[in-house]
Amino acid sequence: MVLGGKSLSLAGYFREYGKRIRAGDLGALPIILGLLVIATIFQTLNQNYLTPRNFVNLILQMAGITTIAIGVVYVLLLGEIDLSISYVSAVAAVFMTMRLRPPDGWPWFVALIAALIFAAAIGFVQGLIITRFKLPSFVVTLAGFLIWNGVVLILIGNGGTVIIQDPVIIGIANYFLPALWGWIVVVGGAILFAANRVMSWNTRRRRGIASTPALVVALQGLAIILAAVVVVSIANQDRGVPFVGILLLILLVGFTFLAERTPFGRYVYAIGGNAEAARRAGIQVQRIRVLVFMISSFMAGMGGVILASRLRSVDTAAGGGSLMLNSIAAAVIGGTSLFGGSGRVISAFLGALVIASVENGMGLLGLSAGVKFVVTGLVLLLAVLVDAISRRGRARSGVA
Amino acid sequence: MAQEPLLQLKGVSKSFGAVQALYRVDFAAYRGEVMALVGDNGAGKSTLIKGVAGIYPFDEGEVYFDGQPVQIHNPREASALGIEVVYQDLALADNLDVVANMFLGREMIQKPWRLDEAAMERKALETLDSLAVTTIRSVRQPVAELSGGQRQSIAVAKAVMWNSKLVILDEPTAALGVAQTRQVLDLVRRLADNGLAVVLISHNLHDIFEVADRITVLRLGQNVKEFIAADTTHEEVVHAITAGALRHVPGMVKNG
Repeated sequence: MVLGGKSLSLAGYFREYGKRIRAGDLGALPIILGLLVIATIFQTLNQNYLTPRNFVNLILQMAGITTIAIGVVYVLLLGEIDLSISYVSAVAAVFMTMRLRPPDGWPWFVALIAALIFAAAIGFVQGLIITRFKLPSFVVTLAGFLIWNGVVLILIGNGGTVIIQDPVIIGIANYFLPALWGWIVVVGGAILFAANRVMSWNTRRRRGIASTPALVVALQGLAIILAAVVVVSIANQDRGVPFVGILLLILLVGFTFLAERTPFGRYVYAIGGNAEAARRAGIQVQRIRVLVFMISSFMAGMGGVILASRLRSVDTAAGGGSLMLNSIAAAVIGGTSLFGGSGRVISAFLGALVIASVENGMGLLGLSAGVKFVVTGLVLLLAVLVDAISRRGRARSGVA
Repeated sequence: MAQEPLLQLKGVSKSFGAVQALYRVDFAAYRGEVMALVGDNGAGKSTLIKGVAGIYPFDEGEVYFDGQPVQIHNPREASALGIEVVYQDLALADNLDVVANMFLGREMIQKPWRLDEAAMERKALETLDSLAVTTIRSVRQPVAELSGGQRQSIAVAKAVMWNSKLVILDEPTAALGVAQTRQVLDLVRRLADNGLAVVLISHNLHDIFEVADRITVLRLGQNVKEFIAADTTHEEVVHAITAGALRHVPGMVKNG
């Protein structure tokens, strides 16, 4: 009887929460448990796992995949797939790197923006082909995967490696904020974020709409600020807060806002849930779908730039290996459904954190790439199983 | 009540190739009344409401809304007049919550391009309150968690939220159990009591006699008869559905 309701009591709030958990709506809970398990295992096996140095390394290692996976989340929300992301990311990185090359290199921001526009344009074309000719996105983006792989090889030629010399582009993944600035930016951002939550909570309360208890909102806000304090103090014991970490936060917040607070995001969820209902509601389904493929390619391009910046170069292996599979796996491990309509942008971050943690830990243990793949695959399988089982629980309780 | 009908169709016809789906049908719906539209499969019920909803045009005949002759070319024009249709499949996105579904495609916006969730939730609650839909635990739960009757109620509430004057319900109780059917029929009655014109398509005569004020029977694309529900019986209506007199025998060469 929340209808026309007031604030829930604290006990009522937790009763609701418990009910949701039992009904199978686990949210991010399994992932957080999984991360704890991963951290415990690797820390017992190798004392270097939970160190400030490795913590900062982890942020650097997950940045590229997280960025690409944010775009994947949007595509998955539609119930589509984009297999071309890895080589779109490589093409964007190669394009930017070649435009930066002296003697007649472009200024860094021109090369960067041009590369991102180029990536988005790829998504535009792929999306247009998928929607106009009603082709499965799987096939069209698989073709894209092959084509852009080829383009990368053609552009780089036999040279093998192109070095990035521009200090700003290299700084994207290699610059660390001075200790004080780390405090100001991260903790300041967390305080702003918490304040925003309190304000929107207050708006809802003023308008007399059921809202969470004040204590819960306050605790959530404090938890966010506390987490920021912990992150900065750990990072500052090593090289400091990496710039790319800030960039990740901005992207995560921005794309979460787009997905959950704007009509565009609402339409993406609606199309993923019931495309026919969306169409009848007057939503321009095809236009939204094309835009989502543009977001996917754009974020792939952004991720490619971050990866290239980290390596300070691009070579013929760019976009290869397990990049595409890891990016999609990150979104899925994080809790985004492959069937559309369900998932959150934050799942890109959580999933990438799991994958990077596993890879990082096994790297410290000196395990082979083969073992890494097997373990990552098992984690993916486990994540999908947890999702499927909790979904069954939800379906059961939904009938009641 | 000798009032003027809100919606009146005069002699509308519609054919699909060689199939004459509707032949010179008259139909009317009145404010504050539930008009039941009944007939066997293929009698032309769906064709009739799709014409009114603007899915496709009638071949001939006149449509009056609020006493004015109108042409409805597409669903948007129907909405603009105040005609809303709740189709059998409801067209709800299961993954979205109640509020998101009720406002889908017509979201309220806060300054640049941000959803005004608080205002939408407020208005959704008001609408549900006014329709006395009280069984929903929270308007922030996904529609997937609702029962069939609750989903139907949400689809109806979504339709009437936009100052609609005429609501057409296509088989709203077809997939529901006894208690759920009760809920939806009560809701249908309340819509009419709130002054809306309601058109109810149903196969279930029991439901119809419970809520309808008038009953229009279609048979083989022609209208057989309009009954006042209080003045007729099940038998009479069943007879009209299965064996009602036709003005034109199908297959006969029709000639103006």
